[in-house]
Amino acid sequence: MSDDPLTTPRGGNGRAPDVFRPGSWVPMRHYGDDDEVDFVIVGTGAGGGTLACRLAEAGFSVVGLDAGPWFRPLEDFASDEAEQTKLYWTDDRISTGENPVQLGSNNSGKAVGGSTVHFAMVSLRFRPDWFRSRTLLGYGADWPVDWQEMWRYYAEVEEALKIAGPVSYPWGPPRPRYPYRAHELNAAALALAEGCEALGIAWTETPIATLSAPRGLAHPCVYRGFCVTGCSTNAKQSALVTWIPRALAAGAEIRDLAMVGRIEVSESNRATGVHYHRGSQWRFQRARHVVVAGYAIETPRLLLNSATARFPDGLANSSGLVGKNLTVQANQAVWGLSRREIRSYKGPPSLALTEHWNYDDNKDFFGGYCYMSQGPLPQLWANTQSTSHGLWGDRLMTAMEDYNHNVGLKIVGEMLPQERNRVTLADDKDQYGLPIARVEYAWCDNDKALIAHSLRFMTRALQAIDATDIWEQTDDTCHLNGTVRMGSDPRTSVVDSDCRSWDIRNLFVCDGSVFPTVGGVNPSLTIQALACRTADRISALAARGEL
Amino acid sequence: MAERFPGYDVLAKRHTPSWNEQTRRVIDQRLAVPREPRFLTADEFATLVAVADRITPQRKDRPPIPVAALVDDKLQRNRQDGYRAADMPPAREAWQRGLRALDEEAREAHGGAFRELDTAAQDALLTRMQAGELRDAAWDGMPSKSFFMQRLLPDIVHAYWSHPTAWSEMGWGGPASPRGYVRMGYDERDPWEAAAVRNGDIVAAYRKNRRVG
Repeated sequence: MSDDPLTTPRGGNGRAPDVFRPGSWVPMRHYGDDDEVDFVIVGTGAGGGTLACRLAEAGFSVVGLDAGPWFRPLEDFASDEAEQTKLYWTDDRISTGENPVQLGSNNSGKAVGGSTVHFAMVSLRFRPDWFRSRTLLGYGADWPVDWQEMWRYYAEVEEALKIAGPVSYPWGPPRPRYPYRAHELNAAALALAEGCEALGIAWTETPIATLSAPRGLAHPCVYRGFCVTGCSTNAKQSALVTWIPRALAAGAEIRDLAMVGRIEVSESNRATGVHYHRGSQWRFQRARHVVVAGYAIETPRLLLNSATARFPDGLANSSGLVGKNLTVQANQAVWGLSRREIRSYKGPPSLALTEHWNYDDNKDFFGGYCYMSQGPLPQLWANTQSTSHGLWGDRLMTAMEDYNHNVGLKIVGEMLPQERNRVTLADDKDQYGLPIARVEYAWCDNDKALIAHSLRFMTRALQAIDATDIWEQTDDTCHLNGTVRMGSDPRTSVVDSDCRSWDIRNLFVCDGSVFPTVGGVNPSLTIQALACRTADRISALAARGEL
Repeated sequence: MAERFPGYDVLAKRHTPSWNEQTRRVIDQRLAVPREPRFLTADEFATLVAVADRITPQRKDRPPIPVAALVDDKLQRNRQDGYRAADMPPAREAWQRGLRALDEEAREAHGGAFRELDTAAQDALLTRMQAGELRDAAWDGMPSKSFFMQRLLPDIVHAYWSHPTAWSEMGWGGPASPRGYVRMGYDERDPWEAAAVRNGDIVAAYRKNRRVG
């Protein structure tokens, strides 16, 4: 390898790395900093990468900036957990509160493609009622978008990512066919299925964003099992290998290793561009519209760090809600040992799941959860056995020898939005001289009731398949949403249904930050669907001269 | 204790389709990690060696995994995790302070540096640290429980299980690109995976493991 993507930008001079061919390049449009582009987008993950593609394809001039490197997976990704921590956002952050959130690895990416480069690829639709959870279910807040419209965009994203899924999905209204067939099940998934059948609930093959048939230059998933540390074969349909190449082909420019520090706002309350750090200097990209897509910590951090004399509390913050209602998801697990060899390291980690408790409302708490089969690799598993199970010394060494018999079930559970859970700025500065994020989190009683319910149920599911040495992992969380809430009232939301700031009309937000509620499924499909919708809304507004 | 996967060595797959060039490069670098400290002082490093011996005690019948050197390497490169508690300093400072405080606690409770104590006394101190019961002034505001759970334990555990020897001992398949796996079901093993001893037949497992490639 001739260059180091972690230190030297790859995008520029009219070319970008070809993610499908080692050492190769593709042409890329080049804009000057003084060119006033239609859109500058901060972040190129599930939100920003998708939006960059769709806006460029709609004919807008687009520059996407990402703080992370631009990898070619085929040449840059090793089969090694430690090496692949280079995919994570490991800049300093303070995490505090009654239930501090673990950041860095499973929920924060720093690369072109964002966290989708290391996501677990689980691609689920929201239950329709969740878009009006306040009205229909009595908790949280309503989304200002209609579920049927969202379902059309879900179909678009499922097609764009060639999601491999079951022939028929057991829950919710009918949905179109998944583009690719479901993957075969590994033993970990078979164990989940057996448990569900024993307890009389439905399960399904997980709709998942890794190829079950060839696509272009990528061959089907080879079941190497390193999904959450980066796919070295391009079977994973991350933004890096789907939306970003499409964006380039449509004329967008993406700049890697470009950290945005501040959004500039004019006297007339218009965003005029962004200050970004690249190649050891601060630069300024002019733009007619600015989109923030840095995920639920970096997005509010940037808005807060962009405070001016006119906006002393940060941009887009007349509601006072920027950074508030941070909503993660419960990620508790139950683990045990099977007499049979499971070898859960083979294949994508979550090949089977049940959404039973997302659709059954006979519960003593609000919200729901799904649970999935698991396949932790050695470092992750040893860390779980030590920090969550409390093992060290001989007990740890003995427990690790049972690795191939380990079987686990893990939830993605809905936590409720609370204003006290929030992102603020700390006094400490990062390597760019910018105040770092301080993240505060506490579980509410409803969160605790949901977690307790899930642990009881998953314990029964493992008992039903005769697992032994069963134990509960009670402390984990995943995904980051909700700090720039969308809504239909400027007093109780930061952006409107078009993900457009109420205060600064040419400023948009496009990532999980806008979620008013998080549901009991992984958010990436919804983030991408919402980005597609936002792109269409922007085109419609532009056509009417209302942009 | 008898080995579960006799004769199995992940490194035997180094030149098979399970390892690509970038993986070989990364693992080679890890195996060549300098055994002498480059960030910690010799004294701090000696304490860390003793701590790692208790957290991840190693078999004596094979070359040791250089756990302390791998932790020191992480500190030397100043790799962060992406978050820390409000009362926890960054990794480098946490380790320096924590190791010094542990030695202070050892001298106070047992009259010698941590590495000079017998294993029972060492385990007792680590257990008290895990419970947050160590409160010497040398901790300087860093809760001993936080240091144990958020710094000491994860860093040592990540170091140990980053090493191919650890992978071989647990019967993990190891690196798997471009060749992944084919047999996915219960009790199914590809010929390039570890075989566990079944029904006490060590020879059969050994024979299979020597053919892994």
